[in-house]
Amino acid sequence: MQKELAVSADQMLAFETDCHLFDGCGFTEVSPGLHSFVFEPIATFGGIHFNKTMLLALLGTIAILWFFWAAFSKPKIVPGKVQMIGEAGYDFIRRGIVYETIGKKEGEKYVPFMVSLFFFVWVMNLWSVIPLAQFPVTSIISYPMGLAAIVYVMWVSLTFKRHGFVGAFKNFTGYDKSLGPVLPMSMTIEFFSNLLVRPFTHAVRLFANMFAGHLLIVMFTIASWYMLNGIGIAYAGVSFLMTIAMTAFELFIQAVQAYVFVLLACSYIQGALAESH
Amino acid sequence: MIALVQKAAEEQSPLVPPLPELVIGLLAFAIVFFFLWKKLLPNINKVLEERREAIEGGIEQAEAAKEEAAEVLKQYKDQLAEARHEAARMRSEAQEQGATLIAEMRAEGQRQREEIVAAGHTQLEADRKQAALALRQDVGKLATELAGKLVGESLEEHARQSRTIDRFLDELEEKAEAAR
Repeated sequence: MQKELAVSADQMLAFETDCHLFDGCGFTEVSPGLHSFVFEPIATFGGIHFNKTMLLALLGTIAILWFFWAAFSKPKIVPGKVQMIGEAGYDFIRRGIVYETIGKKEGEKYVPFMVSLFFFVWVMNLWSVIPLAQFPVTSIISYPMGLAAIVYVMWVSLTFKRHGFVGAFKNFTGYDKSLGPVLPMSMTIEFFSNLLVRPFTHAVRLFANMFAGHLLIVMFTIASWYMLNGIGIAYAGVSFLMTIAMTAFELFIQAVQAYVFVLLACSYIQGALAESH
Repeated sequence: MIALVQKAAEEQSPLVPPLPELVIGLLAFAIVFFFLWKKLLPNINKVLEERREAIEGGIEQAEAAKEEAAEVLKQYKDQLAEARHEAARMRSEAQEQGATLIAEMRAEGQRQREEIVAAGHTQLEADRKQAALALRQDVGKLATELAGKLVGESLEEHARQSRTIDRFLDELEEKAEAAR
């Protein structure tokens, strides 16, 4: 599929174009777009193309494991620096998200999953601003979708296990007798909202944020280069400042989106555990 | 914009997930989850639990030390109060003793004074009586002698027998007593 593309992100991101403002070259020729999210395969194993995103995903996995290995493989009662940071992160997810939403008793067994989920998403987001990589893995829909699917399967099966078939149906549809004649409509909406829209928005929220963030950074970066000609240097300066500002903003968004992703996962599970109204 | 749309049309929609990446993503997450779940988080949980216990043990020790200190302080205060009490008791005892001593001395002094005074009085009385006796004898003798000379005969014997003189003198004395 990717072979058919005329241009790929790798070619466009290298500042090799001679396309500048006032040179009779339009910005559309260099502007970022969907092609910025497609990469030429680095290698091909048995017909499967191994590309930059996959490499970053695997490197990110190694980075997470490396960090937590350094922090928690030989933990001490009086912690060292790395262990202290690891504990802070662990505690933030455990107490700040899981215990807060699901509760200490029920939530305990979801802690490892949620901690993994948060750091996985965060590191995959972080690639966006890591020099040389500079691409958020989560801006490829496959990654958020896979994670959202796991969460979806978890909470749906948990609902059935907790409430039985009828109870689960009531839980999904928000069955409430007091609604009276509105009940069929509300149940239909709730059913679609919970079972069909929810996993989609869960994945797309993360994907779209990272996608748009990356697009903005790339846009300002390329624009800085594009306008670097004659009087355009002044504009290029502004554009470059915007690149820096957007990068800082992205750092914030990356953490927030990872947090939101885990928070939503927890609230879905909490909803599955909750007694039907 | 038109170029963008054209490119988008050429390319796959970004919302359709490429399958290999889906597999890699799930695999990568599974690896992270597996290690954290099986090895690393139990590790840190164990240490966190140990730390909690260590802290609680420390708190218990501190509490024991505090209790001991309170106990010692109480003992010390008790001792101090006792000592104070003892001192006060001794002071009042000494005061009492002093007062008794002074009173005794005063009584003794009084007694001695009275003794001396009494002795003086007795002596004085004895002297006076002796003087009065001597005087009476002398006066009697002188009066008798004088009367004898005047009467021309010795009345000495008679006077002695009749004891007139004595009676007279007693009368005089009684008068003087009455007048005084």
